[in-house]
Amino acid sequence: MDLSSINWLLLLASLMVAATPILLAAIGELVVEKAGVLNLGVEGMMIMGAVCGFIIAVETGSAPLGFVAAAAGGALLSMLFGVLTQFLMSNQVATGLALTLFGLGLSALMGQGYIGIKAPGIGKLDLGPLSDLPVLGTILFRHDAMVYVSIAIVIAVWAFLKFTRGGLILRAVGESHDAAHALGYNVIRVRLMAIAFGGGCAGLGGAYLSLVRVPSWTEGMTAGAGWIALAIVVFASWKAGRIIVGAYLFGGITVLQLNLQAAGAKIPVEVLSMSPYLITIIVLVVISADRKRAAHNAPADLGKSFHASH
Amino acid sequence: MSQTPLLDLSGLRKAYPGVVANDDVTFAIQPGEVHALLGENGAGKSTLVKMIYGLVRPDAGTMMLNGTPFAPPEPRAARAAGVAMVFQHFSLFEALSVAENVALGMENPPKPSALAARITEVSNTYGLPLDPNRRVGDLSAGERQRVEIIRCLLQDPRLLIMDEPTSVLTPQEVDILFATLRKLRAEGTAILYISHKLEEIRSLCDAATILRLGKVVARCNPREKTASELAELMVGTSLKPPKSGGAAPGDIILKAQDLSMPSASAFGTPLRNISFELRRGEVLGIGGVAGNGQDELLMALSGERKLPQGSLYFEGEDIGTRPADMRRRIGVLSAPEERLGHAAAPNMSLTENAALTAARRQGMLSRGFVNWGAAKGFAEKVIGAFDVRTPGPGVAARALSGGNLQKFVIGREVMQAPEVLIVNQPTWGVDAAAAAFIRQSMLDLAAKGTGVVVISQDLDELMEISDRFAALNEGRLSAEVPTGDLTMEKIGLMLGGAQTTAMEQA
Repeated sequence: MDLSSINWLLLLASLMVAATPILLAAIGELVVEKAGVLNLGVEGMMIMGAVCGFIIAVETGSAPLGFVAAAAGGALLSMLFGVLTQFLMSNQVATGLALTLFGLGLSALMGQGYIGIKAPGIGKLDLGPLSDLPVLGTILFRHDAMVYVSIAIVIAVWAFLKFTRGGLILRAVGESHDAAHALGYNVIRVRLMAIAFGGGCAGLGGAYLSLVRVPSWTEGMTAGAGWIALAIVVFASWKAGRIIVGAYLFGGITVLQLNLQAAGAKIPVEVLSMSPYLITIIVLVVISADRKRAAHNAPADLGKSFHASH
Repeated sequence: MSQTPLLDLSGLRKAYPGVVANDDVTFAIQPGEVHALLGENGAGKSTLVKMIYGLVRPDAGTMMLNGTPFAPPEPRAARAAGVAMVFQHFSLFEALSVAENVALGMENPPKPSALAARITEVSNTYGLPLDPNRRVGDLSAGERQRVEIIRCLLQDPRLLIMDEPTSVLTPQEVDILFATLRKLRAEGTAILYISHKLEEIRSLCDAATILRLGKVVARCNPREKTASELAELMVGTSLKPPKSGGAAPGDIILKAQDLSMPSASAFGTPLRNISFELRRGEVLGIGGVAGNGQDELLMALSGERKLPQGSLYFEGEDIGTRPADMRRRIGVLSAPEERLGHAAAPNMSLTENAALTAARRQGMLSRGFVNWGAAKGFAEKVIGAFDVRTPGPGVAARALSGGNLQKFVIGREVMQAPEVLIVNQPTWGVDAAAAAFIRQSMLDLAAKGTGVVVISQDLDELMEISDRFAALNEGRLSAEVPTGDLTMEKIGLMLGGAQTTAMEQA
């Protein structure tokens, strides 16, 4: 294996690109889980975003419109989950899993006529002198706009949860829906809005795959990114700032294994390509080994159905 | 009384499918009055205050606040009109700070720094010191209640509703609370006080309205009535206090020695060096304010959690490492606090629930198969002996009312003729008649030579049935004291953790 053949600068630069889809999906899921809802359908919402974004971008020739459509598609699918779990009281875990399977199937159907087409480009954002900086310019400032949008969303979510009354109410609903209800907050409305936001973010993440990262449409192209996003939320112990760390860590592992393959590492390709998932499992085991700490940060009413009984 | 009442209720009615929770409820609260709302569980007190607080809308009747019609569609509107409520359960967020909890209960909270200053100021004014930056999950039950009270006080309420505020407090904390309430009354705030602790009501309240089965059955000045007269008004009949069989205690049957157990959850309480001895034919009462290790102690004694060797002995045999099933086999039975979900599986029938704990001792098993006929027979026996009101043993546990299910889960263990019975909160949320029955059944059991451990937060209950008393404080157990020697004041000190001084004075 020839490690010197790996261009570390380019590797670091592509890390941000590789991490953006899971970063978007993870920050969306963080908001959903902070509101006390466990939506395991991230994978399904991502792939719906990927196909919706791709179709609209191809038909209109505009990538930004594609992203808008992707967010709408993801949010729409998440509302199916919202109605089932919040109004019809279905089990969140089972419904989330079903949502993933449904999204994968529906996206394959919708995307049938779009296989083998190239997506319209989104173009790099010109940041002027910043882009020309040596080293840092290459790593940080020569990306497309969505990379920066994703970081802006994370910062906005962090500030929303920490400083605003809306964020406080959202956290309160996730901590104890009974108490929030007793104080007169509309638990179901707060949760539906959180679920829609999570769906929208997952959709954006999916569209980043089909419009920027790949950029074309293939069935099942999210390939487990939604599950990694779910793992990152736990890894980040439900803190927005740590979502960035987690996403870039996993993005980095993904990029590194690609580079190692290219460099001819003497490890079977299969082992390398399963490494991000393997590491996800290991990290989750390590984190949840300390049950007290893990339980400390998780929203207390995560995954519990709320039914106003009076 | 020529002045307009602060709150005037007339003809309020609320019906749910199958029950009329409130029917033609009429009474008035004057400004600056502490008004008691008395009644058994299920008498309709909660529904009534939920209507005043805007959580439930009445089917009929009118409410007037200060002479103007009052019909809050949601709690927000009630708060805006000057009605505040301190809840019995479920209204604090453990993972959030005191200031955040307070902000969530306000319409237009000031900036965090200003709010923190206001909390400190108001809490000191009313003698309820509180640090706004602490996490509520780390506070004691009494401090949590302060958070709720201060959340209400910051909005200058004209009417403060308090739903069983003293059930989680030590006697000393009750005194502090009453001083605060008297101060509020002097400032002109009216208080609607819900409780079934009659002595408290006699010392604090100016007027009382008594509900039974959703209807107002009496109005009185509680100071002019005795506690037993009030109790009779609530229940409708007179109650006999439970009688002990008076058997002399026998040999030591259960012994805990330096029993320690780490807590299983972040907000739980670890048990620290607990030692006690239980004799045959004796009732040992363990008191304590909620959250001081009661649930953990039950788990440790029942076998839900395993203990290190040498910490728990049954008739001289080390049983600490044995799981619950093995302890049941030798006659160490238990009934946890939570009826639905812990003591009984909600969606399973009474027959199935009976088999879950009684299968082995009642011979319902043969080569791995359950004899459902025997299980049904046993369930019917429990239903008959404990007067459980249910159509039959095939009914799901969740369909029973709290009191009936409690009689069933206690009866299920009592009917197995245990050597040792450990119960946690045996009469929590149970009406007075059922509670008296359950207490009597435990005394009868002790008279037959069973050792009974009763963990309870109801001090009156412990004084009534236990031979000896010990207090649980932050996971530590005080030395056991004969109940006859105790005064409420001494118990208060023991609950507060001052067992050594309490002992010296004894």
